[in-house]
Amino acid sequence: MNYIKLALLGCVTLIAALGANWAHDLAYQVHAFLIMVIAAYLFVRVLRATDGPVPVALPTDQYDDGVIRAGVIATAFWGIAGFLVGTFIAFQLAYPSLNFDWAQPFANFGRLRPLHTSAVIFAFGGNALICTSFYVVQRTSGVKLWGGKAAWFVFWGYQLFIVLAATGYLLGATQSKEYAEPEWYIDIWLTIVWLTYLAVFLGTIVRRREKHIYVANWFYLAFIITVAMLHVVNNLSVPVSIWGSKSVQVFSGVQDAMTQWWYGHNAVGFFLTAGFLGMMYYFVPKQAERPIYSYKLSIIHFWALIFLYIWAGPHHLHYTALPDWAATLGMVFSIVLWMPSWGGMINGLMTLQGAWDKLRTDPIMRMFVLSLGFYGMSTFEGPMMSIRAVNSLSHYTDWTIGHVHSGALGWNGMITFACLYYLTPRLWGRKEMHSVSAISWHFWLATLGIVLYASSMWVSGIMEGLMWREVDDQGFLVNAFADTVAAKYPMYVVRSLGGVMFLSGALVMVWNMWMTIRAGKPVTIATPARYAVAAE
Amino acid sequence: MHTYTFLRQLADSWVLLAMFGFFASAGIWAYLPSQRRARDDASLIPFRNEDAPKTCSGTCDTCACMADTGKAPHHD
Repeated sequence: MNYIKLALLGCVTLIAALGANWAHDLAYQVHAFLIMVIAAYLFVRVLRATDGPVPVALPTDQYDDGVIRAGVIATAFWGIAGFLVGTFIAFQLAYPSLNFDWAQPFANFGRLRPLHTSAVIFAFGGNALICTSFYVVQRTSGVKLWGGKAAWFVFWGYQLFIVLAATGYLLGATQSKEYAEPEWYIDIWLTIVWLTYLAVFLGTIVRRREKHIYVANWFYLAFIITVAMLHVVNNLSVPVSIWGSKSVQVFSGVQDAMTQWWYGHNAVGFFLTAGFLGMMYYFVPKQAERPIYSYKLSIIHFWALIFLYIWAGPHHLHYTALPDWAATLGMVFSIVLWMPSWGGMINGLMTLQGAWDKLRTDPIMRMFVLSLGFYGMSTFEGPMMSIRAVNSLSHYTDWTIGHVHSGALGWNGMITFACLYYLTPRLWGRKEMHSVSAISWHFWLATLGIVLYASSMWVSGIMEGLMWREVDDQGFLVNAFADTVAAKYPMYVVRSLGGVMFLSGALVMVWNMWMTIRAGKPVTIATPARYAVAAE
Repeated sequence: MHTYTFLRQLADSWVLLAMFGFFASAGIWAYLPSQRRARDDASLIPFRNEDAPKTCSGTCDTCACMADTGKAPHHD
């Protein structure tokens, strides 16, 4: 086995070295060099272990928590990185001179913006999803992860994907598809990592010792499978050269736009919604110490969400070359989607029935409840904005940005923070976080930050939309585009301050996690030895 | 174009019916009275399997028997 690995790693090192030499562009060259170094390092590592004493086999009666500990730390790290870049580009919009001349073109808004979106969605959110899904699937199946070290391959492979994508953006490699910017070779790498992730997750479910597959795993599984499908279809492209990062899309024109937004909206629907609902269905009952309010409703929630979300993409293409019937279809499905979304929110909130007093005493529970509140708010706002008439006002304005952030900061951010607070003491053998009052500080800093962000973007977006459509009695437009930019300045400053508050809340969390981990030690938790006993 | 017309008609008729049928049966299956116990049991899955039977010291504080009351034990 080691000889195959060595041959493979040797080939990769060689090809990467050739790539670094013959590269047509800077991004490809840097990436080829990076891959060469990593492959060479792994080659030496495998070589040193070859023909030596056989390492002690991993214990089979313990949960695989090492990879989850790594994932918890990675989530916090990428969270800070993503929030920091986001806050910086918010200030760049308010003060354009922050697009420093000396840092051109690497640190201008155009290159930092995809770095921010990918860092928060795929690096922060993705690591949170991977580590919580590994935690949940083991606990709800009663077995350790399938595939041995494959889970570690998923972890490190995903980090490599993030680093390649992020450095690629800065160096100018992008295929200009929103939320799918990485170029062809990074896409292929992510496909390999993602299919391994699917295998580990599915393999664990297949070997489960519970009769029923708990609903959180349904959501996680839907997220993994759908993202694989979306990623492959939206990234169908032909590289111009095997030694360069540039590629050409297979689809063109309106088909390309429709494929992109079929991908884009389902990235929201399955990455940021279904996956995070998986977290909700496990961690909210655990933190409330109560089973989910209605398991039956969770089944309806799941199937309704799966059947409806996939059709909602065309609402991103109102008033474009896309046929009207397709845009109307997307709009109708988006509005119908309101119902399962609120069904799920109510299911989560009502889990606290009889335990509402925890809101006073437990800041983690408060975070879960707030995230569900924001989930409900943004899943109401979203369908409303998908209506063609509303969209004619809101589209291309800051209202969209405000909507996205109330969902991303409020729902995804808050539930992830709560899960990190849940997991950190348990994984490092502590009773609770180092400082409970710091959790409260984080809660209020983040909440006020989101409120500042969302409200300033509402004002700014609606003002912008109204200014764009204002005509005088002769039918001429009243405002130039630059007039709206000038008018938005105060809102941009408020938005940036909201970002600063959200970021400082996250820094408080990192300090808290650091103190908790430093005083604790990794714990190993055995899988249930005799299942019948645990089920009694 | 023939393929498009065929697929479009299929999507608008049988596939639509099949998907709606699947969704409706999933809904009915979820609420079947005979499945009630299975649903209640499934909702308790998160409260099992968390702690090892090995850590059970015989006192109820550390034991998995706490799971039945809905209070999952913390491992200190």
